[in-house]
Amino acid sequence: MKLVVVGNGMAGMRTVEELLKIAPELYDITVFGDEPYPNYNRIMLSPVLANEQTVDDIILNTREWYAEHNITLYTNARINKIDRKNRVVYTEDGTSAEYDRLLLATGSKPFMLPIPGKDLEGVIGYRDIKDTNEMIATAKTHKHAVVIGGGLLGLEAANGLKIQGMEVTVVHKNEWLLEKQLDKTAGKMLQKNLEAKGLNFLLQKNTELLIGDTPDANGKCRVKTARFTDGLEIAADLVVMAIGIRPNFALAESAGIYCNKGIVVNDTMQTYDPRIYAVGECVAHRGISYGLVAPLFEMAKVCATHLANFGIGLYKGSVTSTKLKVTGIDLFSAGDFTGDSDTEEIVLHDAVGGIYKKLVIKNDKIIGGVLYGDTTDGSWYFQMLRDGKAIHEIRDHLMFGQDSLGNTGHQGQNKAAAMNNEMEVCGCNGVCKGTIVKAIQDQGLFTIDDVKKQTKAGSSCGSCVGLVEQILASTLGGGYAPPSTSKAICGCSDKNHEEVRAEIRAHKYLNIPDAMKGMAWRTPNGCATCRPALNYYLLSSWPHEAVDDPQSRFINERVHANIQKDGTFSVIPRMYGGVTTPDQLRKIADVADKYAVPMVKVTGGQRIDLLGVKKEDLMGMWKDLDMPSGYAYAKGIRTVKTCVGSEFCRFGTQNSTQMGIDIEKAFDHMWAPHKVKFAVSGCPRNCAESGIKDVGIIGVDSGWEIYVGGNGGIKTEAAQFLCKVKGHDEVLEYSGAFIQIYREEARYLDRTVHWIERVGLEYVKQRILEDSEGRKAAYERLLFALQGVVDPWAERVNNRDKHKEFETISV
Amino acid sequence: MTHWVKVAPLNEIPALGARIVRSKGIEIGVFRLEDDRIFAINNQCPHKGGPLSEGIVYGDKIACPMHSWKISLIDGKAEEPDVGQTACFNTKVENGFVYLELKDPELKDLEL
Repeated sequence: MKLVVVGNGMAGMRTVEELLKIAPELYDITVFGDEPYPNYNRIMLSPVLANEQTVDDIILNTREWYAEHNITLYTNARINKIDRKNRVVYTEDGTSAEYDRLLLATGSKPFMLPIPGKDLEGVIGYRDIKDTNEMIATAKTHKHAVVIGGGLLGLEAANGLKIQGMEVTVVHKNEWLLEKQLDKTAGKMLQKNLEAKGLNFLLQKNTELLIGDTPDANGKCRVKTARFTDGLEIAADLVVMAIGIRPNFALAESAGIYCNKGIVVNDTMQTYDPRIYAVGECVAHRGISYGLVAPLFEMAKVCATHLANFGIGLYKGSVTSTKLKVTGIDLFSAGDFTGDSDTEEIVLHDAVGGIYKKLVIKNDKIIGGVLYGDTTDGSWYFQMLRDGKAIHEIRDHLMFGQDSLGNTGHQGQNKAAAMNNEMEVCGCNGVCKGTIVKAIQDQGLFTIDDVKKQTKAGSSCGSCVGLVEQILASTLGGGYAPPSTSKAICGCSDKNHEEVRAEIRAHKYLNIPDAMKGMAWRTPNGCATCRPALNYYLLSSWPHEAVDDPQSRFINERVHANIQKDGTFSVIPRMYGGVTTPDQLRKIADVADKYAVPMVKVTGGQRIDLLGVKKEDLMGMWKDLDMPSGYAYAKGIRTVKTCVGSEFCRFGTQNSTQMGIDIEKAFDHMWAPHKVKFAVSGCPRNCAESGIKDVGIIGVDSGWEIYVGGNGGIKTEAAQFLCKVKGHDEVLEYSGAFIQIYREEARYLDRTVHWIERVGLEYVKQRILEDSEGRKAAYERLLFALQGVVDPWAERVNNRDKHKEFETISV
Repeated sequence: MTHWVKVAPLNEIPALGARIVRSKGIEIGVFRLEDDRIFAINNQCPHKGGPLSEGIVYGDKIACPMHSWKISLIDGKAEEPDVGQTACFNTKVENGFVYLELKDPELKDLEL
């Protein structure tokens, strides 16, 4: 099939790139662009004007790239006719191209004030490389520049022209600059900073006309003076109009495609003509035209899936944030930062220090904000805004940024800018900041996934992803689109975790092939990311009915042992509550001798670990041990760590060991989104370390305290107090209900802390404490799911014939 | 010298799974795809030597259990941006049995 793309800019070419990723062979692609250049990064024109980058630096796709992908590229070629009936497009000079699918990405043009003198020489918009070059050239021969419009683009133009050596006056009709991005306070601070850089401002002024000089030899008049409605006149050798953009839809309209202030598209980016799609600034989607790059990329992704005939993916509009690319000025704004009578504001203002932060909050959620002077937390606030995260728990600290939350791990957001290039970002893969920055710049990366793929940073344990994101944001500036946390489960589908789970429930899928078919998976049998997740969602949604697929489990869960670096395994038998007997110890010692186990070690969870076991010896060892599996490999119940408790300890107030044994027995064999660790301490001295466990239980004189969401791993998290209960049965019911709701609602690979972070502890409390019926029902569901589950080691020992995988074939 | 050796009945290799075959000191992973095609590669990930047979099979690839490198079962090459390749062996299925082609000089190179 033939795909013709009209418009060789960022939106059109991004769509082509996305399309090539998923359907590289489907189309013969022809691209028409009216500029003489291959696709370049338009948002980086301001750094070019400010001498910080060159035109070559900002080319995104070289001519070689087009050739490599067999794309026919016409530059300097403006399409002026679409013959929809015969499916042909024509350029002004008569070149034509037939299409089966047409993609319109015609972009926008600067809006020029309809005033006398707008057509004089030296009156320009600010849109492309040509405009940029004209500004740089004019600066060499002329002195006075007037920029009409005090928005983002106008200020970037003014800053660049000043650096090029001109006297610059910015004319703006509002009371303060960037009124669409900043409130009055921040706008005034910005003006002060820019004045210090040498820019002049005329606010609340309307331009009446532009007056020309005497005509030159060719009869052309250059602009000389700008006059305002109040009579003031100023010298102007160059006038840059930056008062907004207008989508280019004349071509589409002339072809009879429905337009309304832009090319009207539906959520699949399809126009009125089903063969014709449109993306980018030329589009009106749900009545909105976007002039920022992040939404264009989202559109491109959706459009590509439809061009590829997958028929999936919907664009539902974008929440945008902005950043001014003027070196030395940090501002950030997003959402509704003005607020109204229904909103609350938190403001921090240090006029002398040049810092201003305002967050607008409605119904316990951030709906907008302005940051000036210190924007390090911008992406954090923006993420919470997009996710609609409840903030009351961190409200006290919100203003002071993410650092103030007392993270002791190395998640390290906000530190990106302060890091030098040699500092290590990703400890798992040994990737330094400089490597990441270089990859982003050299390879034109725009997303976290691209960075992960190209550099490996953040692709292992994931703890540095926040930091990587910061580096990406600070390297790209306004070009960065933060991913929503409700992102697709993996590249095999556009559905997110919640949607997948909801469909499994609604359609009662009981095995992976049915689920993939029903949800239109793109790949025949998924990948190593989605299959384990699907397997878990099936099993947790339909216990005793869904089919467990061993081939969709990681090796550890498949063979019920932990794989080690040399390919051997470790064996950890269950010892309920960490209590053992001389008989068990003798048995373990005998087995260790018989199989020449290289190392015997006590684990952090109070169990005994036999390390260095060959796969083919696993079955024999399990048989000889005759003890249940300790599930030390599972995304499921691991161990219940206990202290000595009231049986022996002189401080003990409760029998913590027995409680631990009972919990471990009650929840044995339980699978979960990630590992689940319990601890029970017999008194507040907390020797079992209940404060850093998924569920930590602490005995006090009058009962038991239950803490949830602790984590002693990558990033230490103290567990939060859930409630206090009186008796033994209540401990089981409350902690069981908590775990069951986590099993049913958390995303696969979420620890309890991540899940609570997202839904809020209040929500958990409401489900467990306020809704007693719901709590009892959840606990019942957990007990039902665990009913009759057999020990996996014994099962394998008793059915050796069914588990050939453990045997090595010798030839 | 080349010879074909009988490995196992097809049904003893799980679909989307693998078995380990040991021959003269080297380990070969024998993989079965969803459509019953059989592939065999040297059972060492080109990254850090992880046992590929223990990974997750999807499409015609294997994700290494150690650090999730994706290795093509067809040519043994690591998926970009990772770089590396592991040796491949010819296989065939006849009368429900899987056979593996072993070439002596090749095996020598792979011996530890």
